[in-house]
Amino acid sequence: MEEKKLAIIATKGTLDWAYPPFILASTAAALGYETQIFFTFYGLELLRKDVNGLKVSPLGNPAMPMKMPYGPQWFRDVNWNMPNALMSIVPGFESMATGMMKKTMKDKGVASIEELRDLCQEAEVTMIACQMTVDLFGYSTDEFIDGIEYGGAAMFFEFAGQSDISLFV
Amino acid sequence: MADYDQELDATGLNCPLPILRAKKSLAGMESGQVLRIIATDPGSVKDFEAFARQTGNELTDSSEEDGKYTFLMKKG
Repeated sequence: MEEKKLAIIATKGTLDWAYPPFILASTAAALGYETQIFFTFYGLELLRKDVNGLKVSPLGNPAMPMKMPYGPQWFRDVNWNMPNALMSIVPGFESMATGMMKKTMKDKGVASIEELRDLCQEAEVTMIACQMTVDLFGYSTDEFIDGIEYGGAAMFFEFAGQSDISLFV
Repeated sequence: MADYDQELDATGLNCPLPILRAKKSLAGMESGQVLRIIATDPGSVKDFEAFARQTGNELTDSSEEDGKYTFLMKKG
């Protein structure tokens, strides 16, 4: 069987959007795909050594379910009908929503971002940080994990051009 | 005699962890050996079928009892 290839562009730096690139990349690697993720703009946040700062924002995200990860099941099933735009300006609301999402994920056996990223690295998924946005946002390379590469759009296309699947997340 | 060589407890784990753990276990096994996987993620039923089709391993059995899914995966 010839090795298939998957190319992903990760552009988002929130806790929720951190999942698709790492879930797809780690699974593809397990299925035998050669996989590359190109991290650009806010996606660079996913390469930080410490990803505990990733947050989920209810702002501009009206589809986000607002459920409590505590209490009896009937209480957990309540979808709190809060106006997201209003709640998101309450100080600490974003942190609270993030904390609740992390708890829900842990309770439901969903891997942490760090765990999925480690699995990707173990499976030799190539991770590339966009050099242009590293410079643009003034990141320092020692803020990022080891074992990543730095490159530009042409480098992405070299791999994406031969890929069976290319995804923009 | 057990009808499997190694067992993987993936209960409580959600997508894609059961697949990733299974892949890891299989990597340390010999061709022809059987891995028994126990999972609670309902999505793992279709996922292990797809995993087997794409990796050349053989899913020889798949069953469910009381919310627990058991799979037998023969390494290709």
